[in-house]
Amino acid sequence: MKTLLVAEYRDGKVLNSTYELVAFAEKLGADSAMFLVGSDSTLPAYTGTLYLADVGKYSEFNPAVHKQLLLDVIAREQPDMVVFAHSSYGWDLAPRISLALNAAHISEVVDIVDGVPIVPVCNAKLRRAVKAKTAQMVLSLQGGAFGLENEPSGSPTVIPIDTDTAAQVEFCGYEEAEAGGVDLSKAGVIVSAGRGIGKPENLAMVEALAKALKGEYGASRPVVDSNWADHGRQVGTTGQTVSPKLYVACGISGAIQHLAGMKKSEFIVAINTDKDAPIGEVADVLVVTDLKEFVPALTEKLKNL
Amino acid sequence: MKILVCIKQVPDMESKFKLNGEGNWYDGTDLAWRMNEYDEYAVEQAVQLKDQLGDADLTVLSIGPERVKEMMKKALAMGCDRGAHIADDDFFKKDPFEIASVVAEFAKDKGFDLIFTGMQSQDRGSGQVGVLVAEMLGLPSITTIVDFAFDNGQITAKRELEGGMKAIVKTRTPALMTCQLGLNTPRYPTLPNIMKAKKKELLSIPVSELLKVEAKQETAKMYFPEKKGGGLVLEGSVGDLVDQLIKILKDKTAVLA
Ligand SMILES: Cc1cc2nc3c(=O)[nH]c(=O)nc-3n(C[C@H](O)[C@H](O)[C@H](O)COP(=O)(O)OP(=O)(O)OC[C@H]3O[C@@H](n4cnc5c(N)ncnc54)[C@H](O)[C@@H]3O)c2cc1C
Ligand SMILES: Nc1ncnc2c1ncn2[C@@H]1O[C@H](COP(=O)(O)O)[C@@H](O)[C@H]1O
Repeated sequence: MKTLLVAEYRDGKVLNSTYELVAFAEKLGADSAMFLVGSDSTLPAYTGTLYLADVGKYSEFNPAVHKQLLLDVIAREQPDMVVFAHSSYGWDLAPRISLALNAAHISEVVDIVDGVPIVPVCNAKLRRAVKAKTAQMVLSLQGGAFGLENEPSGSPTVIPIDTDTAAQVEFCGYEEAEAGGVDLSKAGVIVSAGRGIGKPENLAMVEALAKALKGEYGASRPVVDSNWADHGRQVGTTGQTVSPKLYVACGISGAIQHLAGMKKSEFIVAINTDKDAPIGEVADVLVVTDLKEFVPALTEKLKNL
Repeated sequence: MKILVCIKQVPDMESKFKLNGEGNWYDGTDLAWRMNEYDEYAVEQAVQLKDQLGDADLTVLSIGPERVKEMMKKALAMGCDRGAHIADDDFFKKDPFEIASVVAEFAKDKGFDLIFTGMQSQDRGSGQVGVLVAEMLGLPSITTIVDFAFDNGQITAKRELEGGMKAIVKTRTPALMTCQLGLNTPRYPTLPNIMKAKKKELLSIPVSELLKVEAKQETAKMYFPEKKGGGLVLEGSVGDLVDQLIKILKDKTAVLA
């Protein structure tokens, strides 16, 4: 089995997700080679062949050009699997590659059981085993699913690559995440509000509980998207990553992107009306109840302790 | 300006799911259905663009059984001009490549200047259909947009990256955008617009007319994840639950010390 790992590079750095791809290939016991549009001054810690295109020339985001660079490498390497991270870079590029190769693309892979990729369905309430009908396949891996066993090490054998394909889009630079006032990663207790709070006025009860526990309040993405809370409060892949002593999730279903930001918390309490909500998979305690009654009652009791 | 929006109907994620008889998908009976959340942003963006231009023709497309027409009527009431229902009772068995091929086959000779899709569907969540459609039609595409501006054929979009960072990307029409949560604030259809929507064109086309490819992947089986042990589930009256939780917090954490 031969894999080609598509490394990720942003803002001058090789991203850690790259090493999850290496861990995946190791788990499979597969041979690997790596593809990177990056720089020879910041090479990934990897032992093996690295096909390297110069990011100064091809830019960090340039789908049509990265696609051609990668297709050229695939033609040389003939891998059984082309492996991406299921991330902003991977989900953009992987479908383009799968179509060009006429290969199955299985996305959001969380596990491989008996050689068959497993993917989540319906907000991770269900799982699906997906079989490719093509010999070659493209996989994109859910972040955190294939953890690192060891600290990445090694240095690659670099093969420089080039193309003269034309770009279809123009990348004009980055905009930093809005600077939020609070650094949630420092809070010992975080009480987060999800869409289950129902209306913006109910954020106050979550805030009051956070205060009673001497912590900060956080929020899931829909609460931030609806402007009920600042982006600086968002927990998850596109927000902050936190690991407090206690995390209380109020009306949060537990989507993968939210879990990625808080599952390392020491103790997790979830308050949810849905007993089957996926947050139950990481929660130490799942309180099945209406948060609108439970949260104020808990806050009152805590105040009187 | 001709615009196409692709929307999918998905079950309410808070539903209690059961498996179907073949064990390869969830059972579709007794579920509440709604528009895929990501696609609501796609519809809204298309309607906002029409408002900006004053003149545009918006087609909304959905592949699925008869029931998806209900959701399509919502899109028409939000401001889309016409609906193309691709009738397919077995759409859930189709892989992203087949779904994308059907959309591309529908769109190929219609000269759409812009196509909006969601970045992923909430049930299958492959995040592939939009990009595949663009590639099949040979259009540039920008994925996971959280900001969209259009001026005289020039698109400036912001792609959302991990950690909330954004990439600013420009391209020109014709092009395809896949929409991320928070792109805009989807409107609620007003009653007069719901009435008007009833008179809008909503054509059904059998999927067999548009499907010319075969799937590249198939569901071997669907199942419920094993509950990882250890987690405690508490049920009962609010008063009891409060007392139980406080006791647990005292025993298991140091936060109440
Ligand atoms: C690329 C990408 C990045 C993302 N990044 C993030 C991120 O950083 N952070 C993030 O949070 N999400 C992120 N998301 C969105 C994520 O997929 C989910 O859509 C989101 O986390 C859902 O938020 P929620 O749990 O608050 O809402 P829902 O999924 O709607 O869940 C609401 C929950 O509240 C419960 N509930 C309802 N009423 C009550 C009540 N009265 N009492 C108690 N419980 C109740 C329901 O049972 C349900 O479980 C991202 C998605 C994508 C595609
Ligand atoms: N059955 C369908 N009908 C219409 N559009 C769809 C369908 N399935 C997927 N799409 C579109 O493709 C996007 C991505 O879906 P997916 O690749 O399934 O995650 C969705 O947000 C929709 O815009």
